[in-house]
Amino acid sequence: MNLFYSVCLVLVILSMLGLLYRVWKGPSVPDRLVALDAVGVMLISAIALLSILFDTPFFIDAILLIAIMSFIGTVSFSKFIERGEIIERGSDR
Amino acid sequence: MKTNDVILQTATKVVFFIIFLFSVHIFFVGHYAPGGGFVGGLLTTGAIVLLLLAFDLKTIQQILPFNFTIVTAIGLVLALSTAGASIFFNVPFFTHAYDDFNLPLFGKTSLHTAMFFDSGVYLVVVGSAITIIQSIGGDD
Repeated sequence: MNLFYSVCLVLVILSMLGLLYRVWKGPSVPDRLVALDAVGVMLISAIALLSILFDTPFFIDAILLIAIMSFIGTVSFSKFIERGEIIERGSDR
Repeated sequence: MKTNDVILQTATKVVFFIIFLFSVHIFFVGHYAPGGGFVGGLLTTGAIVLLLLAFDLKTIQQILPFNFTIVTAIGLVLALSTAGASIFFNVPFFTHAYDDFNLPLFGKTSLHTAMFFDSGVYLVVVGSAITIIQSIGGDD
């Protein structure tokens, strides 16, 4: 069973390498942004598999934290791409 | 052109409370598991940053009418008074105390004064990070 989780971890890391190729090569900025968001998801999967392999429940909090921070980062960067400013001032409405 | 971000705003109204509850959880669990005041404060900052992203700066200053510089000052005073209160009991500076209490709702609970120091750290982290983000986001 341990071998199964190790093979899964290697597959996750290989897909992360593929996503990093897209970050490096991506012709436009949204390509790189989507690839970085998916790298966050792969990181979550890798930490979950490591948490199984190390037999500890203490990595579960880090998974949720990475998910939240990846979401906030993706939202802020896509808002910057779309409007040019991240936090609007709100006085001109 | 007026853009419409109803999906982001509706998702934020749900996700904000999940992030805030998780930050409170990670703040209280810090004595026995990974977490504590710093990570809890950063997660609360993340929740407020998500509100700032979905809405605008003036709305957030209306619904959270705190001066976050004052929040930082309150956190520093809390941490320093927790550290300084120990010298009134003839023990060295920064000595913490704990005891078991029978609380009405929680039963037998072990309360520790490191909790007050941790909440001071929490308030300092939230106040300084939100002050930085608001002052950078709000300049012309």
